[in-house]
Amino acid sequence: MHPETVHTHPDPNVDPHSALHHHGAFRVGIGGPVGSGKTALVAALCRAFAGELRLGVVTNDIYTTEDADFLKRAGVLDPQRIRAVETGCCPHTAIRDDISANLAAIEELEEELGQLDLVLVESGGDNLTATFSRGLVDRQIFVVDVAGGDKVPRKGGPGVTAADLLVINKTDLAPMVGADLSVMERDARARRGDLPTIFLSIAQDRQAVKVADWIRALLAHEH
Amino acid sequence: MRAVARVVAQADDAGVTRLTGLRSEAPLLLRHTPATTGPAVVHLLGGAAGPLGGDELRLEIAVGERARLCVRGIAASIALPARSGAVSRMTVTVRVASGGELHWLPEQLIAARGCHHLAMSNVELAEGARLLWREELICGRHDEQPGDVTVSTSVTYAGKPLLRQALQVGPSAVHWAGPGVLGGAKAVGSLLGVNSESWPEPRTAAPEAMMAQSEVASPTAVRMPLGTGPGWLVTATAEAAPALRAVLTPAR
Amino acid sequence: MTSALLLLADGRFPAGGHAHSSGLEAAVAAGRVSSLSTLESFLLGRLYTTGLVTAAFAAASHHAAAHPATSTAAAHPAAQGAAAAHLATPSGAVEGGSVPRLGDMECAAGSEVLLQLDEELEARMASPATRVASRKQGAALLRAAKMVWPGDGYGLLPQRRDGVHHAVVLGVTAAAAGLSCAEAALIACYSQVTGQASAALRLLGFSPYDIQRLLAQLAGQCDAVAMAATAHAGKDPAELPMFSSPLADISAELHATWEVRLFAS
Repeated sequence: MHPETVHTHPDPNVDPHSALHHHGAFRVGIGGPVGSGKTALVAALCRAFAGELRLGVVTNDIYTTEDADFLKRAGVLDPQRIRAVETGCCPHTAIRDDISANLAAIEELEEELGQLDLVLVESGGDNLTATFSRGLVDRQIFVVDVAGGDKVPRKGGPGVTAADLLVINKTDLAPMVGADLSVMERDARARRGDLPTIFLSIAQDRQAVKVADWIRALLAHEH
Repeated sequence: MRAVARVVAQADDAGVTRLTGLRSEAPLLLRHTPATTGPAVVHLLGGAAGPLGGDELRLEIAVGERARLCVRGIAASIALPARSGAVSRMTVTVRVASGGELHWLPEQLIAARGCHHLAMSNVELAEGARLLWREELICGRHDEQPGDVTVSTSVTYAGKPLLRQALQVGPSAVHWAGPGVLGGAKAVGSLLGVNSESWPEPRTAAPEAMMAQSEVASPTAVRMPLGTGPGWLVTATAEAAPALRAVLTPAR
Repeated sequence: MTSALLLLADGRFPAGGHAHSSGLEAAVAAGRVSSLSTLESFLLGRLYTTGLVTAAFAAASHHAAAHPATSTAAAHPAAQGAAAAHLATPSGAVEGGSVPRLGDMECAAGSEVLLQLDEELEARMASPATRVASRKQGAALLRAAKMVWPGDGYGLLPQRRDGVHHAVVLGVTAAAAGLSCAEAALIACYSQVTGQASAALRLLGFSPYDIQRLLAQLAGQCDAVAMAATAHAGKDPAELPMFSSPLADISAELHATWEVRLFAS
């Protein structure tokens, strides 16, 4: 390996600004530990983009269709626009090592609904090492939460260091769990270099405005 | 013993089914049971003490256009071993023409200890033919381990394969009684319907829906729509023959 | 061609297999598989029924793709080498010269046989849930295979939106990877047994050493079934093995009704 390729970029061999290798909707992966708020973020983005973008959602659950069912019940998106992928106990395999079921689900959505602008691929709650394959998504968001402890950004892991966007959720809980947001911000910057980090409380910001804006900027850049 | 028996059912100009061919040969004895309405009924009398190792038995059934035939059994047949260890074979060959209908509802086949038996059915259905086809295998008499039995069923519809399956039990079959195949059940069987709505009760939905979707009747009995033609199959396992029959009895 | 064999047989090959337990999850839930001995019995019962059938279809599909002219008709040795070479190379160039192209007649014969094989396998799967799982896995394998071993041979497969049965795609893929008929059958047997065993590992928390020892003990039977399956290559598709397992059908349908499950099948 050449020394200059050793850095914290998502994938040193992929230029993040290169042309997309697939046709069809822009794909954003959303990963992160159990309970950090991935599904809540997907729901918030559905609200944010309602009437603005043609949207599809693919969930990767440990238990079949739990997250998909949550989204359907939440009424944030037409159930037809949501697909659940079964992952055989291993959601990280389905988003990274063997992406075939997810690709098939996205193609099914595009076949049935016509052209889409954005597909959100949600990983099942897994661990800090779970990242998306660049063969599956164009950009990935990693969601952690304040309640998980302010050490999470410092501990790093591929999700924290390499995701195109790090979302630190549940900032409203920081005083209650004794988490220091400034420590988290400093550690995130140290780990992530120039890659962005967004602090968020989905409980208070039902449309995750800053994350939606980040996606809008990417879409504008693509077109 | 070698025997060939034959039934030919044809509809006359008035639409009444006539048996234009009925050939028995011991031990395959066929009896026409007069019926005033409905399909022609033939009972298969041979049974009780056979087939016996070495037997080569063949039954041929032809059902013409618009003809309706029902073949029933009188008693279970028991596959028994020969001293020589020879294989016994029962082959049923069926053709049903378009608009014709066959109900094949024989009694159970019981695999006795030490037997070597092959039961093979080849059914050719023309497009628009109707069929009800039941097969029941009991693995051994009371407290008995079965000998080797293979039951194979091959059905084509309009020239395409509709159902092909075979089940092997007995000492030569590998882990057939285990959790992968029969899970310790002593009775196993199926009821195949083609262009038929006479699936066993209960009916939980309209016929079109019933035709299109599977139905789990119990943890050991399901009705499944087939993939290549207008057929469904109930497959079931049970502790014993009566419980199996209960889930494989077509609705009238 | 051992490396290509290992690559295609590897559970890490990205063809969707990790999400399927091939009936194991249902057997565990029914209480039928709970120990190493019941697992062994389950694996063997299925290997000699559904395993033999899928392996025979993989071998037959390999034969149809690699030797399209001889799949139904009498042997035609000249076409065999040409067809195999044709399928094994992506761009038409091999060492030492150009590749003979398959004739239209040969392609038509190969496509016809593969279509028949897909239908015959469909008739051997009474359970709709099993058919769907097989077609989904076939589509996933085809997606991966086309990228890993590009070639024209996939064009012989039937065009179906819901996918071609996995065993059929496996045979064609093995031909494209330059593997033999017997190797196609072996991968089918091996994938079934190891896929079920790895699902058991995840669901029942067995020691991985116990599972691997069991798999090592079953290796001989896995080879034997694959060899028996290989003997069916080139036969009339209607004559291929049709052994079924009643519980495989019944439990696949039960599994499909569950609201909560870990595996797709």
